[in-house]
Amino acid sequence: MSQDILNRVKKVTVEELGVKEEEVIEAASFTEDLGADSLDVVELVMAFEDEFGIDIPDEEVGEIKTVGNAVEYISKKLG
Amino acid sequence: MMATPAPSGRVVITGLGAVTPIGTGTEVFWGNIVAGVGGVERLTLVPDLDSYTTHIGAEVKDFNAEDWLDKKEARRIDRFIAFAVAGATMALRDSGIVLTDELRDEFGVLIGSGIGGLTFMGEQHRKQVEVGPSKVSPFWVPYMIPDMASGYASIVHGLRGPNTCVVTACATGTNAIGDAYHIIKRGDAIAMLAGGSEAPINEIGLAAFCAARAMSTRNNDPHHASRPFDKDREGFVIGEGCGVLVLEDRDHAIARGAKIYAEVVGYGMAGDAHHITAPHPQGHGAIRAMKKALSSAGLKPEDIGYINAHGTSTQLNDSGETSAIKAVFGEYAYKVPISSTKSMTGHTLGAAGALEALVCVRAMQDGILPPTINYETPDPACDLDYIPNVARKQQVDYCLSNSFGFGGHNATLILQRGE
Repeated sequence: MSQDILNRVKKVTVEELGVKEEEVIEAASFTEDLGADSLDVVELVMAFEDEFGIDIPDEEVGEIKTVGNAVEYISKKLG
Repeated sequence: MMATPAPSGRVVITGLGAVTPIGTGTEVFWGNIVAGVGGVERLTLVPDLDSYTTHIGAEVKDFNAEDWLDKKEARRIDRFIAFAVAGATMALRDSGIVLTDELRDEFGVLIGSGIGGLTFMGEQHRKQVEVGPSKVSPFWVPYMIPDMASGYASIVHGLRGPNTCVVTACATGTNAIGDAYHIIKRGDAIAMLAGGSEAPINEIGLAAFCAARAMSTRNNDPHHASRPFDKDREGFVIGEGCGVLVLEDRDHAIARGAKIYAEVVGYGMAGDAHHITAPHPQGHGAIRAMKKALSSAGLKPEDIGYINAHGTSTQLNDSGETSAIKAVFGEYAYKVPISSTKSMTGHTLGAAGALEALVCVRAMQDGILPPTINYETPDPACDLDYIPNVARKQQVDYCLSNSFGFGGHNATLILQRGE
């Protein structure tokens, strides 16, 4: 798992959800642990798209439940 | 569930909150009103000002959304909602009311907005055009719709009573208080947060009001641009802000030992049915709104001790409102002190009526009538006592406040001094 991707996911999550960096651990769920509601998740996913220059189709958003999921998904996308 | 006591049919004001171009917080706002401090400057919220005909306005300068909302929300929410949450929180704290679970079901919110989230709307539309519809924010709708001031304030404070919104342009704040008064009076709520919030100073707002040719272009002299009733007035000055009042059933307020600032005793409204932006030249709707407010309060014109005028600093409003006051008050029109506090706050559109009701409340509480600043040259069409330039020590028992909006909305409130 790329440290660079993890760091950038953390940075975006801290900015978008207004949470503390130490809360953004790989096991943290965006909705259960980091206080995101369904609209926050849409905005967070759009911020990941901007940060990494990728497209995340709506039907794949469900795969991204935790910080670790996001890093895995993005790593796969970036090949 | 506890039985709800019968409503007293009387509605008092027990809390005040203000976000204004001359200060956030009721004390600093009122202090500046009494001192005659104006809040109009060269605008900072709009880039490339020189491409507009108007470069001036009354911005809120000391507001930090993070003082009132969590960081995530503060960063992205539209300014008109942030103002509303701040005003609501201040008013609730000021009222000292304890929100029990039962009371929350009977405590409503009616904070209107003339326009809603125009800044957010503009940013997202730009994104749609420049990047595409898939890149717009999921918060576009909720941060744009004018009713979100009420909705958001209710969520922050857990107020589950009637939740609604008024959109009557520059009459919004007065209509919101009047409608909330009726909601409590008829027993649909024990208490209401009522008022208006507006944040129209952005590229769209400035361009649109410039195009309507209604704003002052006194760009080189912003401090003297808002000059209601003065002969050389040449347009309104756009402002932003929020006023929120706690309205409460009188018996409920007395039972909890609340401080009672004032009582809402009269409310009248009428339509001009004349023109989309221009007021009726003889003030037809304004006259009937004032008369209805007086009759609903059971008062004679001579009972009114102070009029907070709509007084926008446009040629048409100020002469038309003067004629309307004469038509309602007769000879007494020349005796009753009148002022336009928009000379200091600029025109905060949907927030104006709420801030001006708040001014009336403090005027009666402190026995000080606020001035119309920048009053220099008398206009034969505006020949009443506008409390020129300097506040006046005078105790009054009843204040009347007018607000008129594009669309021909005319609304008048009458407030009585607290016991």
